[in-house]
Amino acid sequence: MAFSGVDFYQIEALLSDEEKAVRDLVRDFVDSEILPIIEECAWEGRFPRELVPQMAALNLFGATIPEYGLPGLDNVAYGLIMQELERGDSGLRSFVSVQSALVMYPIYTYGSKAQKDRWIPALAKGEAIGCFGLTEPDFGSNPGGMRTVARKDGSSWVLNGAKAWITNGSIADVAVVWAKAGGPDAPVRGFLVEKGTPGFTTSEHRMKMSLRASVTSQLAFEDCRVPEENVLPGVEGLKGPLSCLTQARYGISWGALGSAMATYTCALDYAKSRKQFQDRPIASHQMVQEKLAFMITEITKGQLLALQLGRMKDGGTMRPHHVSMAKRNNVWVARECARLAREILGANGIVGEYPVFRHLANIESVFTYEGTHDIHTLVLGQAVTGIPSYNPPAE
Amino acid sequence: MNHVVCIAYVPDTETKVKIGGDGKSIDETDVKWIVSPYDEYALEEALKTREAKGGTVTVLTFGPARADVGLRECLARGADEAVRIASDGLGETDSLGVAQLLAAALKGMKADAIWMGSKGVGTDAGVMVSMVAELLDLPNVNLVTKVEWKDGAVTLWREVEGGREVVESPLPCVIGAHKGLNEPRYASLKGIMAAKKKVIAVKKPADLGVDPAGITGEKAAVRWTKLELPPARQACKLIPADDPQKAAEELLRLLRDEAKVL
Ligand SMILES: Cc1cc2nc3c(=O)[nH]c(=O)nc-3n(C[C@H](O)[C@H](O)[C@H](O)COP(=O)(O)OP(=O)(O)OC[C@H]3O[C@@H](n4cnc5c(N)ncnc54)[C@H](O)[C@@H]3O)c2cc1C
Repeated sequence: MAFSGVDFYQIEALLSDEEKAVRDLVRDFVDSEILPIIEECAWEGRFPRELVPQMAALNLFGATIPEYGLPGLDNVAYGLIMQELERGDSGLRSFVSVQSALVMYPIYTYGSKAQKDRWIPALAKGEAIGCFGLTEPDFGSNPGGMRTVARKDGSSWVLNGAKAWITNGSIADVAVVWAKAGGPDAPVRGFLVEKGTPGFTTSEHRMKMSLRASVTSQLAFEDCRVPEENVLPGVEGLKGPLSCLTQARYGISWGALGSAMATYTCALDYAKSRKQFQDRPIASHQMVQEKLAFMITEITKGQLLALQLGRMKDGGTMRPHHVSMAKRNNVWVARECARLAREILGANGIVGEYPVFRHLANIESVFTYEGTHDIHTLVLGQAVTGIPSYNPPAE
Repeated sequence: MNHVVCIAYVPDTETKVKIGGDGKSIDETDVKWIVSPYDEYALEEALKTREAKGGTVTVLTFGPARADVGLRECLARGADEAVRIASDGLGETDSLGVAQLLAAALKGMKADAIWMGSKGVGTDAGVMVSMVAELLDLPNVNLVTKVEWKDGAVTLWREVEGGREVVESPLPCVIGAHKGLNEPRYASLKGIMAAKKKVIAVKKPADLGVDPAGITGEKAAVRWTKLELPPARQACKLIPADDPQKAAEELLRLLRDEAKVL
């Protein structure tokens, strides 16, 4: 049965015809190409790489870029793409987020003409896959503490250090690696490290219980030499990676709604057809209704949050703390919905015949990456009080 | 080669149809509209042929303003132009009325190949291909599952009961596309953005020289007088199988006395 959307508040009327057309296209793609295979993929711990050429043909990579023959979509349309993809699977959405917001965005925004000419078309066509290396084994929420360094040597840089939890790491043709350029106290800069560069190796994180249809890897750099032309010239300092994260988090605030829609609609259908006690559907019981009412209310609030955030982004007035609110809230909504849906499905909530447990497991990663829920709380706390409770890096 | 693809914008095949208050039309609230799936095969084949041999692909529909969304979807997949014959405020017409309007529009369009789905989902009348061809005095081939182009002619494979028929037709002709002809493509985001910039040509029946009074109301040869949903399925009866002997007897009794099939 095709997905017909969740729209309790006539939000449809706030979307342009193109935004709806974009969403419906991706919706159809997810229903026809992703849902039939995704449960198997997650079970096997396999990223469905065969979908990359199709996603590229739909122009899902770098969809907001207005050059290089790319669609130049507005941010609401982009958000709706993320929503539909994550309705399919958070891992698939992660792939597109990383490729678009964490790899194409920095190359397009901070890259030289040569870097852009080389990578943007290849990444858009899915001929090249990218990854984004910021997190390290010992530095997650506090990336400013990173130990990866780049030392200048003649006309090249020599990288040493390790990155952890890197989406697409071991399947990437190009890694955008953030390292302290010059020494432990030097500002962070972005390096484009190509697959196969001597001194650059990857290994996959094993036994992941979440985001199983996505590749997550460690990157290691041992005297890895990259030419000066591979440094992103347009940015210095943590502002570089953080601005990318703002893009990706924006997309996640929409994506999470997709996950919530998937678990909510599954729970609703199930509750209406599953009968217990006097042949009545479980949907007729007040406690089940309370759960469904909670879900639809939170999803609707989240939709309005994401939509207004998108309009602010298009209008140039969106600030990182606005994104923090939407990422924090909407991922929480998705997490709560997954949990409640699992309850409503009873035993069926733990099997792969329904998408609920996969979403429930996936959303744990989303809750943690791109700034944990609590770190976004601190961002909001600082935004309203003016007092930083931690030592936040300035974007 | 120039292709014109006639498309219908119809209720999604998964729509739960409700009958309207007049008892003879469907209630359109909450209906999701789609390009009729058979028309997608027609569009895909026209696009593939254009990609191989050049030319243009124009999509044509008869419908209300909402059908523009369907036309834009076809533009987003790669059609060059779109024309809508406006049905707004026209009143009820029938297949022949629609065929007359399509034929009138097609006369001005210089098509080498006119495409349609073998039938429209919804009414499943399956008469449009032959009606339009007849009105234009062109050959028509329906239920087509394979196409091979020649100079000024086309070889078409059509599904017939228990086999396939291979026919050759001169051009122009009207072709009814059937399931199996191809695998329709997705639109692309670039296509959607390009389609946004295109203008859909909207024509009134009078612009095409068709008098609406002649094809609607009492003049329509076929009128819908009543629409009914199929009867709701009865709950099934479970026979306890604790005692197979008794269960079999009970089954026989029910088949004889209640279902009256024995
Ligand atoms: C599947 C997956 C994919 C990922 N993909 C990428 C990627 O592509 N690129 C990349 O660079 N990274 C990626 N990450 C890493 C991710 O961004 C980090 O895991 C995240 O930033 C949190 O860091 P951490 O795991 O080290 O947790 P920590 O920072 O150690 O945090 C642990 C706990 O402590 C809390 N905490 C930390 N500091 C504070 C504080 N000051 N006040 C209150 N609470 C605090 C946190 O909220 C959290 O609950 C990915 C992670 C996962 C799980």
